Amino acid sequence: MITLSHYLIVSAILFCIGLVGVYRRKNLLLLLFSTEILLNAVNIGFAAVSKFYGDLTGQLFAFFIIAVAASEVAVGLGLFIVWYKRRGTLDVDSMQSMHG
Amino acid sequence: MFEAIAFYLFSAVTIVMFTITVMSKNALYSMSALAAGMIMISGFFFLLGADFLGVVQIIVYTGAVMALYAFGMMFFNTTRLVEEKVRAPKLVFLLSGLSALLLVIAFTAPIVSDHIEAIYPVVDGVENPQAIGIVLFTKYLVPFEVAAVMLLVAMIAGIILAGKKMDESLTLKVDADDEFQKKGSK
Repeated sequence: MITLSHYLIVSAILFCIGLVGVYRRKNLLLLLFSTEILLNAVNIGFAAVSKFYGDLTGQLFAFFIIAVAASEVAVGLGLFIVWYKRRGTLDVDSMQSMHG
Repeated sequence: MFEAIAFYLFSAVTIVMFTITVMSKNALYSMSALAAGMIMISGFFFLLGADFLGVVQIIVYTGAVMALYAFGMMFFNTTRLVEEKVRAPKLVFLLSGLSALLLVIAFTAPIVSDHIEAIYPVVDGVENPQAIGIVLFTKYLVPFEVAAVMLLVAMIAGIILAGKKMDESLTLKVDADDEFQKKGSK
């Protein structure tokens, strides 16, 4: 029998995979991908809570998260295109202009 | 029985796909693996009885967001790899492990979960999309409209950032900035 804990554990594992991606990758595109993984992991958690407590709020939060993710992708990709035209690279380390 | 099989199948495939996304050197492979993982996540939603959410997941993520990424990647030279050298790999895994521990503690905390009551319970006698619609257009109407405005702002921002000559003149002077960058990288 699959319980709420199963879903939450899967959600936590996916969230950790996304965190490893955010910490580890230097490519800006991969940073966006990892953010998508984080948001999706949270969505699974919300949907599971929504089912096991019989409350629709979780699903509605998941909808709003999807909307936020979609607008984040639009703005983020636009910024990356501007950045790539200026510098010709997508390396995160190229984004520092202050050298302390 | 079938639920258990489907759950374990979906979770295994999702975890493998997202691991490929995070670990792959090639950005194109990462994007394809991410799209596959999104489809599998919609499987979770169908399994949880959130039909409408699953359909939205497929349409928005694998339809719109992945197409946007695919078009965005045409602007970048993805064959030229970004050189990735992790300075402190142990620190990365330590931080991730700590976050995982925190998550497990948060999810297994028994104090909170005993007192949860449904504010908007699932309406009896209607299908999932209808129930979502009833709650979305009554209790969550204002957040819905705000989300609509946010999407409009994001659309305008995306069009202007990618289409106008934003790379030539902003508040920074590009030449001086580039010179500074070259000096700094030496």
